[in-house]
Amino acid sequence: MADNRVRPYEAEPVIRIGTRLGRGLRRAILRAGPGVILSILLLSLMVVAAIGAPLLAPHDPTAGDVTRRLMPPFWLEGGDLEYPLGTDQIGRDVFSRVIYGSRISLTVGVTAVLISGALGTFLGLVSGYRGGLVDAVIMRIADIQLAFPFILLAISVVAVIGSGLLNVVVVLGVAGWVSYGRVVRGQVLSVKEKEFVEAARALGAGTARILFVHILPNVFTPVIVLATFSAASYMVTEAALTFLGLGVPPSIPSWGNMLTDARDYVRTAWWMPVFPGAALALTVLATNLLGDWLRDYLDPHLRKLM
Amino acid sequence: MAAFLVRRLLQSVLVVLGVLVLVFTLMQLTGDPATLMLPDNASAQDVEFMRRKLGTDKPLHLQFIRFLFGDRVLGEKVEERVVEHQFMSSVVAGRIREHRGVIMGDFGDSVRFIDQPALPIVLERFPLTPYLMAVAFAYSAGLSLVLGIASAVYRNSLLDQVLRALAILGQSIPNFWLGLMLILIFAVWLGLLPAMGSGSIEHVILPAVTLGSAPLGRNVRLIRSCMLDVLGADYIRTARAKGLSELAVVVSHALKNAAIPVVTIWGLDIGLFFGGAVITESIFGWPGMGSLIIQSVYKRDFPVVQAAVFFIGLAFMLVNLMVDLLYAWLDPRVRLAH
Repeated sequence: MADNRVRPYEAEPVIRIGTRLGRGLRRAILRAGPGVILSILLLSLMVVAAIGAPLLAPHDPTAGDVTRRLMPPFWLEGGDLEYPLGTDQIGRDVFSRVIYGSRISLTVGVTAVLISGALGTFLGLVSGYRGGLVDAVIMRIADIQLAFPFILLAISVVAVIGSGLLNVVVVLGVAGWVSYGRVVRGQVLSVKEKEFVEAARALGAGTARILFVHILPNVFTPVIVLATFSAASYMVTEAALTFLGLGVPPSIPSWGNMLTDARDYVRTAWWMPVFPGAALALTVLATNLLGDWLRDYLDPHLRKLM
Repeated sequence: MAAFLVRRLLQSVLVVLGVLVLVFTLMQLTGDPATLMLPDNASAQDVEFMRRKLGTDKPLHLQFIRFLFGDRVLGEKVEERVVEHQFMSSVVAGRIREHRGVIMGDFGDSVRFIDQPALPIVLERFPLTPYLMAVAFAYSAGLSLVLGIASAVYRNSLLDQVLRALAILGQSIPNFWLGLMLILIFAVWLGLLPAMGSGSIEHVILPAVTLGSAPLGRNVRLIRSCMLDVLGADYIRTARAKGLSELAVVVSHALKNAAIPVVTIWGLDIGLFFGGAVITESIFGWPGMGSLIIQSVYKRDFPVVQAAVFFIGLAFMLVNLMVDLLYAWLDPRVRLAH
């Protein structure tokens, strides 16, 4: 006899907010207005710059030429098109360093989001689904962590375990789980009461299968939106930590390090603080605009949550 | 209200405990603080003594109890003694004394300011931080209120559109970069304000604007949308119909009812300012607690870092508590909802 009943473990979840992401995406982007299109272009540019840095950068970002130190951008007197955005205090090309700096920001943004998103989503799923003591403990830890300024937490931990790209990414990723955890938990609380979850359970699906196959796709929309916003905030926090000398080591060209160098040359070389900061601000702006739009496009109700 | 109060206070106690655990754990992450603080050629006796001074010769749970309540609780008597410390690249003589516990305000002795207890160093720097925060708050709250209301009252006008664009832009500008740009514009190019230090009224302006601008964009957007919700209500139409001036309608009828979410977000901002102050103070050389933390981190002066971090955690908790109580008092639904 042909097996035409619904197989227990393949019961299709009824609501799948996540699928909206694919459907009509192109049309929605075109309708979204110039801000969003510009943001997408800018972020694409950043990704291209990060990947193609060795090809795009006109100079070695770490090699200085002391005979050409503190040169202004090309349109000013004393500037040279060979160094379009000027040079820094040891004659390194600001333009090349800005290009290479995108690698660090992109790495930190993406990696820290993956860590905090995975950790927070997992804890939120468990917390919301299991309830009881597990939920109470996880949520109290979240409360305590929220009762402490994020940047101060990051500074204290990095101060002790030491700076460096890996440490910063791990600290940001681990410390950032709270917002994911809380949002996912809230969604799980309502989704777990739906019939399809009950159906899956009745058909004999285990807890892990219910959580990851049936519930997770239905709570994933806010995670995507949150990921966008937190990527922006992690990039800023990394740059701030690096600026304070507690992040990426000075030998690596990053926007935060460029701003650290620029601190002592604000008076003499305005291009040193302006360009890396503007690159960071534009990246954050584009990411935030994209997040705003994703939120409104995927689920307008999320406006209340974030 | 009483039940809400008790629950909320218990939560605060939990938070303070959590902060204490965090501050204690920070020190554990260093590995062995004793060898970190002693010179390389320290005798085994000195290492042992330093471990006793820091309490790291005991099991973890006893260390935590000692950290909280001092040596005496563990029934130990510590005689005073002078031991050579490693401080940066030089060796200095340091005193070893009994630890009286965080509960007595003893976070141990500073490494950088040799033998001075950590807490008074923190307390000395403390007042400048709330001062900076207060000015930042006045600027931030005042400006966001004016701009938010203007944006709502003249909605969809050119002014509104410009303000909304500026608000989104402002939300994306990294705070510390804004600080550098303000120094560049107002101290270097225009020469109007001092870039560094403290002492006069002028000194506080740039740091306060830097700190206060962080939540400005978001608050303008929030106040705008709260005001728009309220301005569409029936009682506003009534107020207009009975002939009140537009100013009276906006200020005494609309603003009052839009206040609750705004007050909440302002409370959260004060919390944010504690974190922001760490960076802002460092940029402007503002001698408050934030720059003390950063300097102490550079010098690996962990007792001072611990004391300052705990102090900020405590202040942060108190502000959150007050905001929640204020919120519950303003809006009865909050205390009934739980």
